[in-house]
Amino acid sequence: MAAALKITGLKKTYKGGHVALKGVDLDVKQGDFFGLLGPNGAGKTTIIGIITSLVNKSGGEVSIFGHDLDTDPASAKACLGLVPQEFNFNMFDPVVEVVANQAGYYGIERKEAFQRAEKYLKHLDLWDKRRVMARTLSGGMKRRLMIARALVHEPRLLILDEPTAGVDIEIRRSMWQFLRGINAAGTTIILTTHYLEEAESLCRNIAIIDEGELIENTTTKQLLNTLRMETFVLDLESPLDHLPVLENQKLVQLDETTLEADICRDDSINALFAELSKRDIKVLSMRNKTNRLEELFMNLVENGNGNGNRTAP
Amino acid sequence: MTPRAKLVALRTIATKEILRFSRIWIQTILPPVITTALYFIIFGNLIGPRIGRMDGFDYMEFIIPGLIMMAVITNSYANVVSSFYGSKFQRHIEEMLISPTPNYIILIGYVLGGVTRGMAVGIAVTLVSLVFHPLNIHSLWVMFSMILLTSILFSLAGLINGVYAKSFDDISIIPTFVLTPLTYLGGIFYSISMLPEFWQRMSLVNPILYMVNAFRYGFLGVSDINLGISYAISAGFIVALYVFSLYLLRKGHGIRT
Ligand SMILES: Nc1ncnc2c1ncn2[C@@H]1O[C@H](COP(=O)(O)OP(=O)(O)OP(=O)(O)O)[C@@H](O)[C@H]1O
Ligand SMILES: [Mg+2]
Repeated sequence: MAAALKITGLKKTYKGGHVALKGVDLDVKQGDFFGLLGPNGAGKTTIIGIITSLVNKSGGEVSIFGHDLDTDPASAKACLGLVPQEFNFNMFDPVVEVVANQAGYYGIERKEAFQRAEKYLKHLDLWDKRRVMARTLSGGMKRRLMIARALVHEPRLLILDEPTAGVDIEIRRSMWQFLRGINAAGTTIILTTHYLEEAESLCRNIAIIDEGELIENTTTKQLLNTLRMETFVLDLESPLDHLPVLENQKLVQLDETTLEADICRDDSINALFAELSKRDIKVLSMRNKTNRLEELFMNLVENGNGNGNRTAP
Repeated sequence: MTPRAKLVALRTIATKEILRFSRIWIQTILPPVITTALYFIIFGNLIGPRIGRMDGFDYMEFIIPGLIMMAVITNSYANVVSSFYGSKFQRHIEEMLISPTPNYIILIGYVLGGVTRGMAVGIAVTLVSLVFHPLNIHSLWVMFSMILLTSILFSLAGLINGVYAKSFDDISIIPTFVLTPLTYLGGIFYSISMLPEFWQRMSLVNPILYMVNAFRYGFLGVSDINLGISYAISAGFIVALYVFSLYLLRKGHGIRT
């Protein structure tokens, strides 16, 4: 079975000499829910641009469900749906036409195109807005419009470039639900996001790219397993007058009633609580300090290719 | 894509293009009608009688075909250049670029939009001209074929301008500095036989002259130029511009990074 997406040695140098991709290899299996992560400017949108023929590559190969993008672009493109990072529909067109016209570009007859537009606009809760000018939609609605538009020709591979940026929590959750649904129905999905919680909850496989290079490409589970330490924050019942010294556990006092503890994944948390109880310290509540994936991500990106000239994270 | 699917894509693009200018008809159809009506009143009605006859016709009769042609040229051009540039600026050109629709379908779709606007304005202006002078028809076939070729040609030219345009200013540079002078000097208001020999010959490098004269032949049955040459030149330009536009789209000039 051909991979949904196979990228080999992908390179991109923009006009003006900026090297955005330094030779990226990537395989996405059919049916996968794949996360493409990386800091701002890492090259995610550039990769997606090349896959969707919006950016001319400088080197390498792309094949989509076995169709080479150079030699058989029409078949490759027919498999693809794109939700781009930035709004790119005609702001002056009525919402329903944005979706129906897109179907037309894939050769779907006008009548059917409008039926499909109805179906997907209803799915994405935009049917009430079908007649308004696209410009007048709210930011979150515009994102959903782009999702409806990307699905109207029922692509086998759906690529979403930060689809949930600027979307409220409730709608984000319902978008997740929706994406899980179409993935379960067989659509391969590639997603970029800066919300690691999103990647953790949706993606089965994750690739991390930084400064145009792949620095990690594995399963989400594997990725999380490589994280050995977790930091917990403990809220205490009563103020401490001094920081207790435990045998195998370093503690940091954040304020009078808050402690921080790094715990190795192999150790049990019970040991910590036993020690604290011995000293009559009562813990009211405990939480994970950071999103685990976030922590890992920072480690990878900072150490991954530490040439040290990175600007703000 | 199957031929049928390509046809659907073409219809989609053409329909979208036609709806675009129809929705804003006050900006796209009405202004040329008003401007041309002013030309008819001022040059035809007020000044015309003092000019006397031109190639054996009333001045009004003489300028009507040229003014219709001028409106068609400007509007076919303007439609494609602003629509194409707008789709680059708002980036919805990407909707087509990611789809399997081939470049030549995209190109023809835009041209159909420009041709339709050119024709719509041409018909509107012709109707207005009826107020000033009854319609002369020498050859309906020449009239129609010439106006069609001209609007195709200038739609293609507009597309090329749209491909190169990097700002809204760029879409008015060619119309202002090239198109308008060539149209005015293209024998709309005079017969080149009036010009000194040197300027007559200079006028012959202006492609618009051939179209205006052939179109006028369709009305009046007279032309400064051999009709065959007019058709050959229009067709030659269309082929050249088509090939060049297709090359630009294929290369992704100004639309792909
Ligand atoms: N059209 C362009 N011309 C020149 N350089 C570009 C262009 N587009 C992107 N770049 C550069 O290429 C690099 C990668 O950009 P890209 O948009 O792929 O990053 P990204 O990973 O999508 O980032 P973000 O998370 O901010 O969306 C950046 O340094 C960017 O400045
Ligand atoms: Mg991006």
